Amino acid sequence: MVLVFFAYFALVSIAAGILVVALRHPVHCALALLALLLHVSGLFILLNAEFLWAVQVIVYVGAILVLYLFVLMLMNLKTDERYFHPSALYFVGPSVLGAVYVLYLLLQSPFDGAKGTAPASVVLQDGDTYAVGIKMFSDHILQFEIVGIFLLGAIIGAIVLAKTPKALDPEKERS
Amino acid sequence: MIPLSAYTAVSAVLFTTGLLGVLVRRNFIIVLMSVEMMLNAANINLVAFSHYLESMSGQLVALFVIAIAAGEAAVGLAIIIVVFRGKISTNVDEMNLLKW
Repeated sequence: MVLVFFAYFALVSIAAGILVVALRHPVHCALALLALLLHVSGLFILLNAEFLWAVQVIVYVGAILVLYLFVLMLMNLKTDERYFHPSALYFVGPSVLGAVYVLYLLLQSPFDGAKGTAPASVVLQDGDTYAVGIKMFSDHILQFEIVGIFLLGAIIGAIVLAKTPKALDPEKERS
Repeated sequence: MIPLSAYTAVSAVLFTTGLLGVLVRRNFIIVLMSVEMMLNAANINLVAFSHYLESMSGQLVALFVIAIAAGEAAVGLAIIIVVFRGKISTNVDEMNLLKW
């Protein structure tokens, strides 16, 4: 059953990713990105990361994607006829070949390493949100604060950038 | 039980598709969307390793990546609005004001 869900989420997210790159109209690309993000959040559920699933749906789909759609609708973009770089074909073939080789190497690797302190049974006992919260506010509190400062800077930067520019001195401008 | 390499394979395919989108597409907004796709691929990797290596740190880093993606989207879209207000199109080939 898990395998069926994994195959569904993986295949649909890859298909949606290809559609994001290949579709012509930007709004259609944004809707394909919506499908991609929702199916990636489904993969998070399969990995016992319910908190990240909620964050993905709320932050990515609810905030970031709506921001993209808002800007798309605001700017009323027209689709251009030639939307690919003309030199694209020169590196699409080699890059696909390289990606297939990397895929082969990935599927060969067993990926084993030192186990941490949070096996699935411990995480499931109190829930993923509890485990993430305990870990975040004990070991990663500095990173948490840094991300807070970063988001404040990003908000201020976005406001400063998008503000309508005014003349510095209106008296001097008039004379 | 799904092997870890299956998750990394999905992540690699998504990342490559996003990289291709960044390199190939001309519309600035779609380039930003492809960057979001690459960040999502990295998130799949982080959460998968977090699950299979039984450590919570991967999920935390994925959380921080989502926060960084939110900031990147805000600033990137503000730049797009500024560029579009200056009557420059959103074609990345025509945005060369800062090019020397």
